Amino acid sequence: MIQAPPFDVARLRADFPILGRQVHGKPLVYLDNAASTQMPRQVIDRLVLYQTTEHANVHRGVHSLSQEATNAYEGTREKVRAFINAPSTKEVIFTRGTTEGINLVAHAFGRAFVKAGDEVLITALEHHANIVPWQMLCEDVGAKLVVAPINDAGELLLDEWAALLSEKTRLAAFTHVSNALGTILPVKQMVALAAAKGVPTLIDGAQAALHVPIDVQDLGCDFYVFSGHKMCGPTGIGVLYGRREWLEKMKPWQGGGDMILSVTFEKTVYNQLPYKFEAGTPPIAAAVGLGAAIDYVQAIGVARIGAYEHELLEQATKALGEVAGVRLIGTAREKAAVVSFEVEGVHPHDVGTILDQEGVAIRAGHHCAQPLMNRLGVPATARASFAFYNTPAEVDALVAAIRVVKEIFG
Amino acid sequence: MDVRQALYNQLILEHNKKPRNFGKLEGATHQSEGLNPLCGDHIWLYARVVGDVIEGIGFEGKSCAICQASASIMTSQIKGKPLAHAEQLITDFRHVVVGQPDAISAANKENRYLGAFAGIATLPSRVKCAVLPWHTLHAAFQNQAVSSTEGDADPIPGSGLAPGAGPM
Repeated sequence: MIQAPPFDVARLRADFPILGRQVHGKPLVYLDNAASTQMPRQVIDRLVLYQTTEHANVHRGVHSLSQEATNAYEGTREKVRAFINAPSTKEVIFTRGTTEGINLVAHAFGRAFVKAGDEVLITALEHHANIVPWQMLCEDVGAKLVVAPINDAGELLLDEWAALLSEKTRLAAFTHVSNALGTILPVKQMVALAAAKGVPTLIDGAQAALHVPIDVQDLGCDFYVFSGHKMCGPTGIGVLYGRREWLEKMKPWQGGGDMILSVTFEKTVYNQLPYKFEAGTPPIAAAVGLGAAIDYVQAIGVARIGAYEHELLEQATKALGEVAGVRLIGTAREKAAVVSFEVEGVHPHDVGTILDQEGVAIRAGHHCAQPLMNRLGVPATARASFAFYNTPAEVDALVAAIRVVKEIFG
Repeated sequence: MDVRQALYNQLILEHNKKPRNFGKLEGATHQSEGLNPLCGDHIWLYARVVGDVIEGIGFEGKSCAICQASASIMTSQIKGKPLAHAEQLITDFRHVVVGQPDAISAANKENRYLGAFAGIATLPSRVKCAVLPWHTLHAAFQNQAVSSTEGDADPIPGSGLAPGAGPM
């Protein structure tokens, strides 16, 4: 058996041109990976190659370029299928991102299968993208949005969640990893509990794709959504995995080119899966870039990435815990490498501004999770989120910058 | 630029720590609620205007240091002054924080309280924090119950989608 080489973060960092730049005269310490990750040279080069030598519209032309573009685009679909272990590329639908994937399901599944008096079950940990589309659906059809509670550590109360699954529940939608706190949910168990009651499931995998291995067959979920730009790919591309039985029953949610087999003014015959859900010219270059990002990430290995990031999480948790006046928000036992925190007496935006001046990029705000912030009793938090190209020295830089905050506001 | 001079200078830090005129004002003739959804700043402004003089002013709420210091400095600058004076300060403050020093009126050119906020102009994502109290006071004078730093009142159009409303 070949032993995996040690995690060579210096070599990996060299793949990311942007990590070499400075901000306010200081080396960039990029700790906003939960918002968007950076792109390695391999992905940038692939985008350039596509745009300089292969671009044309897909699924249309008889000419060579169109065929090459189609091959590149559909090649990514197969890479995605393998990445999440979907049974078939027919179940892999390209979207603009996680948000669009959820909206697609809320429209095409929700408007077909959720009726007045029904319920959609979410959790208190959700990002607005996994709240608002369901709220809109419930408002439209007269259904009820049910929210499962969490504890003060930011962990889902699994028993209470399970108890909220009822004969009225038409869908349970939940995040794989909390964007604001890093909590990893027991998604496999949740899918099993829901399935036992005949409730279909949607998992928001935006924060998982780069950090936690995904196997949709092992999970058994009905829908799984994620974004390219949170896994070293471009913005504007995302994926919806949907179980074929549902996708076959769902109507298209947008009409246009590519999603049809034939059109007359009297009747349109929709295309087969997955094209039925991909109206119009897709973001081809972004999809090709996502394919390159998957190759890059797979070469390192998502499990190894998660293990390395966990070391950074432990270091950061310990170091921040030792700074007087710093309070960690979200202390779940199972966490991805996200550290949300407060500095006593200092608004998170002031923390963010001062850290930025030290070259440290973090997110400060409500993290598009206002109901969660309300539940935790904070208006906002500062959040450092790590990727595999971050280093222990960068954790030290974060802590040093927080000490500057304390000095200024001392 | 050193953040300590640009933004977190002594004047701002001191007013943040010990805000003047903090608290609800009884007998207010004008009041307005101000929201900065980007930052989560949320303040209430109260003014008691007699004739054309602002006899009393107060604010309360939760906000970042920039917003709190801005509200404190603003209230201490306009208390006891005529309305026209306050409106001129509001206009000039806006010039300061969006980096248009030439547009500041002669009367306020040398005002060191306004000058303390000059560094904000280099940090577009924080301009709204500084502007919110002034904006809210203006709304109170116009008898608007609620105001926001978004929409038509956005001092930096488009910046509303920067750090707060953006992605995860």
